[in-house]
Amino acid sequence: MFPQPIQESSKSRQFLYKIALPVVLFLWLLPLLAIFMTSIRPAVDINSGNMFGWPSAFNLVENYIAVFTQSEALQYFWNSVKVTVPTVIISVSLACLAGYGLAIYRFKFALPLFFLFIAGNFVPFQILMVPVRDLSVRTGLYDTVTGLVLFHAAFQTGFCTLFMRNFIRDLPRELIESARIEGVGELKIFWYLVLPLVRPAIAALSVLIFTFIWNDFFWATVLTQGESSKPITAGIRALNGQFVSQWHLVSAASLMAAVPPILIFFAMQKHFIAGLTLGATKG
Amino acid sequence: MNAANGSQRSWFQRNRITLAPWLFVAPALLFFSVYVIIPIFQSITISFYEWNGLYNAQGESTATWVGLQNYEKLLDDERFFVSLKNNVIWLVFYMLAVPAGLAIALFLNQTVTGIRIYKSLFFFPFVISQVVVGLIFGWFYNPDFGVIGSVWKAAFCEEVINIVGNVSTRCTHSPPDILADETWATYGIIFAGLWPQIAYCMILYLTGLNNVSPDQIEAARLDGARGWRMLRHVILPQLAPATFLAIVVTVIGALRSFDMIAIMTRGGPYGSTNVLAYYMYETAISEYGDRYGYGSAIATVLFLIMLVYISYFLWRMYQDERGR
Repeated sequence: MFPQPIQESSKSRQFLYKIALPVVLFLWLLPLLAIFMTSIRPAVDINSGNMFGWPSAFNLVENYIAVFTQSEALQYFWNSVKVTVPTVIISVSLACLAGYGLAIYRFKFALPLFFLFIAGNFVPFQILMVPVRDLSVRTGLYDTVTGLVLFHAAFQTGFCTLFMRNFIRDLPRELIESARIEGVGELKIFWYLVLPLVRPAIAALSVLIFTFIWNDFFWATVLTQGESSKPITAGIRALNGQFVSQWHLVSAASLMAAVPPILIFFAMQKHFIAGLTLGATKG
Repeated sequence: MNAANGSQRSWFQRNRITLAPWLFVAPALLFFSVYVIIPIFQSITISFYEWNGLYNAQGESTATWVGLQNYEKLLDDERFFVSLKNNVIWLVFYMLAVPAGLAIALFLNQTVTGIRIYKSLFFFPFVISQVVVGLIFGWFYNPDFGVIGSVWKAAFCEEVINIVGNVSTRCTHSPPDILADETWATYGIIFAGLWPQIAYCMILYLTGLNNVSPDQIEAARLDGARGWRMLRHVILPQLAPATFLAIVVTVIGALRSFDMIAIMTRGGPYGSTNVLAYYMYETAISEYGDRYGYGSAIATVLFLIMLVYISYFLWRMYQDERGR
């Protein structure tokens, strides 16, 4: 292991390390702690300039309720759920099929198609912006949740296919070959043999795509306009304008927006990291 | 396949193995083509037109062909070059996330009680939206009531009470307004952007460190390698895959930087924090009417820059595939 395990060094260094850990963590998360402290302050503190001292009162519940009652935050939040969940389901399902097709069969176009998905996944959003916006406007999908879902699902299919294809390729090939010799149909092989084996990949992708889509801001601003379809990220910006200098409410709303990805991350940390490192955690 | 049997079986069954991959790939490919592949070419085409995004009564596009004029305009556009310069600044300084991520990963790569919790808490900034990160730092930098402002006041200002009893503060130097300063605003945003990016690189390196072969470390230790020398000659070579991935995601992150700029400065003051990604958005969809053609020309330039990295990445993957 590198660096040398701290247990092998002197007592004083071990002690120092144990002190340093929480101190560094505190500094690292200071921005987050500060915004949390702000979110539970009463308005009086903000107006009197008491931003960093001890709060004059703890308004945790009041502030968070105020965010939901005084703004469209609840609607934004619900829109985010309606955009994120279907996107995850569609893109992961499509990628399971495509990943299987590209990993198992040896055909001339397997590699070019695979590279097409990878390349598309890395392009800057701006090169897609005008045509996608135009397409959405013409098909009546502009400013709808469905419009956002369809675009996100299509775009994320690129990354999901990259991940799935590599995962399926590393499965034992003999398993599939022997099923074929037994005369099992291709669809049955996929459904009964491969799909149960790729469950970890499905979990990793779902967690990761959920976070990506929940946090998306660019497409939320490009493809939506009104309150009825605006996700929470674009909503926060609107709130920021609405709650001018009501920093306690803006902070509370921002933290609310951060809660779902944080919960998902904590609940499925292993899968999340496996997804981020493109499955490099197998070792 | 049995030839005698072939005539009795349907065409589909006979060509099962040839057709199957296409059937599996088709839904994803169709979807991906409509929303990603085709729009790339459409954007490049639109960049040769002038278009406000509208259609006439017959449903025909009102675009007019202008050839290379949009690109010629770019050459005279000062804002475009400011954006391009800022993109370079982003690329250079965003790269700090890679060594910083490695440093934190080395710091955390121990087995003391509770280290797992520490690792996940360090990873936190990456999980939250960049919009939230932008808001937090925008507030941090605020000269009146942000952290910087408060620290400044404590150091350089004193409270003055006048005869009527009103309290005001008098400062020897006025607090810096980083995001309103043309020279420093971009660095302020990059600093904020580094926070989540360092977390990302850290996690890549932590996984990489997990996979470093213990035998080689032992062997190197017996040879007397320690600390820095060990890191450079034994550990870093083994971390090469993690470094590659960290650089790739950081470059792409730097070129995609949009959210923070939109939240913290909207490209201002006077366009000094613009990057191509934001300038394109601002141009294509603006209050003064949409300029799809010119916006697409900016997007095409950004795409070509990115294409260099995409090609390199694909080339690396191709080498890997052949090596198998």
